[in-house]
Amino acid sequence: MGILEVKDVGKRFGGLQALGDVNLSVKENSVHAIIGPNGAGKSTLLNCLVGKLIPDTGSVMFDGQSVLGRTPHEINQMGISRVFQTPEIFGDLTVLENMMIPCFAKRDGAFRMRAIEDMMREKDIVEKAESMLKDMNMADKHHMHAASMSRGDKRRLEIGMCLAQEPRLLLLDEPTAGMARADTNNTIDLLKQISDERDITIAIIEHDMHVVFSLAQRITVLAQGTPLVEDDPENIKGHPKVREAYLGETA
Amino acid sequence: MLGLNKKDLQLMLIVTGLTMLAPFILNPFPESSGMAQFNAGYPDLMQRFVIFGIFAIGFNLLFGLTGYLSFGHAAFLGVGSYGAIWMMKLVTLNVIPAIFMGVIVAGIFSVAVGYICLRRSGIYFSILTLAFAQMSYALAYSVLTPITGGETGLQIKSTDRPLLSNLAEGETGRANLFGMDMRQSFELNVGDWLFTFNAGYYIAAVVMLIAFYISIRIFRSPFGLMLRAIKSNQTRMSYTGLNPRPHTLAAFVISGMYAGLAGGLLVAMDTQVGPERMFWTASGEVVLMTILGGVGTLIGPVLGAGVIKYMENILSKINKDVLHEWFAFMPDGLEDFIVFLVYPFIGKGWHLTLGILFMLVVIFLPGGLVEGGQRIGKWIKNRGKAKDTGGSTEPAE
Repeated sequence: MGILEVKDVGKRFGGLQALGDVNLSVKENSVHAIIGPNGAGKSTLLNCLVGKLIPDTGSVMFDGQSVLGRTPHEINQMGISRVFQTPEIFGDLTVLENMMIPCFAKRDGAFRMRAIEDMMREKDIVEKAESMLKDMNMADKHHMHAASMSRGDKRRLEIGMCLAQEPRLLLLDEPTAGMARADTNNTIDLLKQISDERDITIAIIEHDMHVVFSLAQRITVLAQGTPLVEDDPENIKGHPKVREAYLGETA
Repeated sequence: MLGLNKKDLQLMLIVTGLTMLAPFILNPFPESSGMAQFNAGYPDLMQRFVIFGIFAIGFNLLFGLTGYLSFGHAAFLGVGSYGAIWMMKLVTLNVIPAIFMGVIVAGIFSVAVGYICLRRSGIYFSILTLAFAQMSYALAYSVLTPITGGETGLQIKSTDRPLLSNLAEGETGRANLFGMDMRQSFELNVGDWLFTFNAGYYIAAVVMLIAFYISIRIFRSPFGLMLRAIKSNQTRMSYTGLNPRPHTLAAFVISGMYAGLAGGLLVAMDTQVGPERMFWTASGEVVLMTILGGVGTLIGPVLGAGVIKYMENILSKINKDVLHEWFAFMPDGLEDFIVFLVYPFIGKGWHLTLGILFMLVVIFLPGGLVEGGQRIGKWIKNRGKAKDTGGSTEPAE
C-alpha cells in the first residue's frame, strides 16, 4: 500500500470526461511524477487530491483515510501540501511573515484566536521560520516584501512554506513552468535535496522531461484522462505508447 | 512597556497626549477674535471626534486587515445605541452598563449578519451588508416602532423609572457615571481663551484610548497576521491548513462590537436615538473616514474621523454673511465675486469640499492622510540631510 491510493477516480465536466478510471499508487518517501500532454487531466487529478474538486466516482485515500468531501484546509492539516503552478504566496507580507504563517498553522491548527499576544514574541515560531528561511537560502531576505522578489525566489519561498508544515506528501504542479534554465536547475537541486534529507513523499506534475527524468523514481503517464503506463523512468523513455501520446499516432 | 514595541508605544503616548489635551489644542483662537468660529474645543464636537474615532478604528480592523469592505456598519452602531438606551430606560442611568449593553447587542447582531454575509467576498459581501443595514433601518423606522420609537426615535422621558434609580416624581433621568453627570463641565478662563473640560468627553476619550490600545494589540498579534494573510491571498491561506471563515467572522464581530461601543457612547453622551443613525449614508461616512485617514494604518481612521467631523461641524457653520465679513477689505465688485466663488464650498456645500478633498487624497495619497504625513516627514528629513552634505547626495533615480 502506498501513502496515496487513487482508485477508479472519474470526473466529468458537462460533456467532457476529464478523468476516467484513474488508478494511482504513490509509495511512501518516493518521488512520483505524473506526466502527459496538454488536456490529459493532470491538473484535474491534482485538484481532486487537494479538495478543490470532488470526483464523480472512485476514492482517494491518504494514509488509510479518505480525503473526499474534505475542504482544502482539512486535507492540508492531514499532511498534504500543495505548490502551485504560479507561486501562491502572501505578496503583501514580508518574507518572514510568510514563513511564520505555516508555522502557526502547524502549531495552532485551522483556527485559533490569539488576538492579544505579540506575534514576534512567539519565540518557537520565529525561530522555526528563520531556520526554514536559512534552509531555503533566503536568510538575507527576511524583511523584503514577498511580492517584490523574483519568480525563482517566490517559488523557493512557497516550497519552504509548504515544508515548514512538515507535510508527509508534497504535491507540485509544474513547479518550473515559465522559469529560466538556471532557475529550473536550482529548483531541481532543491527538490532533490528535500527528498534526500526529509521523510517526505513528493508527487510532481510536470511538462519538462528534463525535470521529470532528473527527479522521478516512478512515472505515471496520463493521456485523455486515463493512465497509459506506470513504470520506472528507464522504461518510460522508450515506451511506444508514451511516444504515441506525446507525438501523435504517426510517430 | 504595555506589551508594545517602541514605535507603537510612542504612537500610543502621542495619541494619549493629544486626547487628554484636546480642550487646549482644539481651541487655539481667542474668543473675541474672528477666528473663534474655527475653534472645535466644545464638548459636543470633541465627544463626536473620539466616538467616531472608535467607530472608524473598529471598521479598520475589518476593512484594513481582511480587506472585506462592509457597507452596513452603521447598523451595528444603531443597534448598539438602541441597546444602550433601553438599558438606561429600564435598568440604570449609569452609563457603564448601558455601554456594555450596546457592545453585547451589536456583537450578537454582527454574529448573525456576518455568518450570512461572509459566504461571499468582494463586491457581493459589500452589497449583502448594505442590504442588511437598509433592512435594519427600514425595520427600525416602521415595523419595530414599539422597540425603536419609529421615526421619532427614543429619548429618556420624565415617565421613565429605571429600576436602580431614585428619581423624584416627574424628574427626567440623566446619564451619569456613579452620580457624575455627563454634561458636567469645568471651564477655565485664561485671558481671552475659554477651555472647557467636560466629564462626558473624558470618559469617551478614555474608552477610545482603550479601544485604540486593543486595536494595536490585534494588529501585532498572530490573529492580526492571519487577517492580513486573508487580504493578501485566500488560496494560499486555505492550502496552508487555515480556515479563513472563522477568522473573518471573528474580525467582523470584533468590528461590529467596536461599532456598538461607539453607539453606546453616543447614547451615554446624548440620551437619544433615531433610526437615521443606521441610514446608508452613515455607513458610507465611516468608509470615507477610514480611507481618508489611511486604510490599514493604526492612527489613520482616527484622523479621518476627526477631519470629517470637523468639516461637518465647523465648515458647515460658515455662511454668506461671514464670508462678506472676511472679504470686506476688498473693493465691492471683487468682494462679491470672491464670495460667489467660495460660497458653494461652505455652509450646506461642505460636502463638496469633502468630496474634493477625498478625491485628492485617493488620487495623490492612496495611503491616506497618514501617507501624506509620512511623505512630509521624509521630505523634511531629506532636506536636512541634503544641507549637511552640501546637496551632493543626489538620488540615483
